[in-house]
Amino acid sequence: MEWTDQAAAEAASKGNQQAFRVLVERHSRSIFRLAFRMTGNETDAEDMVQETFLRAWKQMHRFDGRASFSTWIYRIAANCSLDLIRSRKVRGEQQPMAAVGDKESAGIELAAGDPSPERLAHSEQVARMLGPALEELSEMERTAFLLRHYEGCDTDQIARALGVQSNAAKQTVFRAVHKLRRALEPAWGTVR
Amino acid sequence: MTHLSEEEMTAAYYDEVEPTLRAHLVDCPECHAAFDQLKRMLDDLRETPVPERDASYGGQVWTRLLPRLSVERPRRTWLRWWTVAPALATVAVAAFIAGMLTQQRRAPAGISAKARERVLLVAMGDHLDRSQIVLAELVNATPETIDLNDERARARDLIGENRLIRQTALRSGDSADAAVLDDLERTLLDIANGPANPSAADLEALQHRIESEGLLLKVRIVSTNVRQKGQQL
Repeated sequence: MEWTDQAAAEAASKGNQQAFRVLVERHSRSIFRLAFRMTGNETDAEDMVQETFLRAWKQMHRFDGRASFSTWIYRIAANCSLDLIRSRKVRGEQQPMAAVGDKESAGIELAAGDPSPERLAHSEQVARMLGPALEELSEMERTAFLLRHYEGCDTDQIARALGVQSNAAKQTVFRAVHKLRRALEPAWGTVR
Repeated sequence: MTHLSEEEMTAAYYDEVEPTLRAHLVDCPECHAAFDQLKRMLDDLRETPVPERDASYGGQVWTRLLPRLSVERPRRTWLRWWTVAPALATVAVAAFIAGMLTQQRRAPAGISAKARERVLLVAMGDHLDRSQIVLAELVNATPETIDLNDERARARDLIGENRLIRQTALRSGDSADAAVLDDLERTLLDIANGPANPSAADLEALQHRIESEGLLLKVRIVSTNVRQKGQQL
């Protein structure tokens, strides 16, 4: 039987591990991508995937299906990654981006086919700057931006995920983009 | 017509703009150039390299996760053992710490100071772990699904225990840990005395307080330090 997210989440909230397995297998890759974008490190991203699903399992009874499961789990993942980034800050650690700089060893594939050396260098520059730039955003802004930009969620979906009104969600995305532009000015030029 | 604001350009990028503004974006060279710059940046962000995971990745995650799931079952009803466990743990820890405080006033006998400290550290680590779970659940709660009955009960159990541990930390001259425990105690009191179904605004305010003070992280750090200290003894 093909479980929908909704049905699997409902069964998982009653303790059905096989239903939860469906959700884990279905959403692990997107959670990994989010965690990698936030932490900038493969090992940390792997740990965040585990931590995210563990937290989700413990909180399944709270999932009532008003937001989609993917949006709900995305928010948990963003919070897990944020906790890690904060702990790094307290310990005075740098955002580790070495994996992005080393395409061969990290097994990284760029989205745009076979890039020119200039394009590759630019992408690596972007990746190095993105992690620290995301750290400048508040938790709400970061989550809203990641949901909007990478997951293609619309304003209403983001509003439900964040528990705010649609207009507030829209403003949050705007503030996030504005802050990112300022932080990334060196690579793209001045904000008007 | 006035030029598009940055906010309107952002909305245009995400296809959330009025047709008239969209038309202006096409006709106005200045806005067009500014929009292109924004679009280039946002497009580039989308293309940042991310390591690929193949279709079997979800199965690998599940294999690693499964042993931990059997330990961490989802909480559902108040009659399950794990709702009673914190209260039992509180009694045990409180009894132990109370004994410790009494013992400190007398000459220690039978149990060495090092062994006593180790047991205290284990009890403190356990207390902090359970506090972390309450805080993490609150931070990750959403207004539409919120039901804080469990958290309130557990926060009530943790408060007395926290007070004893804080006093012990103060007596030992560990003011940094005592300060974190003090912050934790105030938040636990707020949770214990707050409503079971707070409004979205109340929940957000509580989450904001926990996050802005970095409480979860501070508790996690103290917990890690305590465990490391315990292992070194």
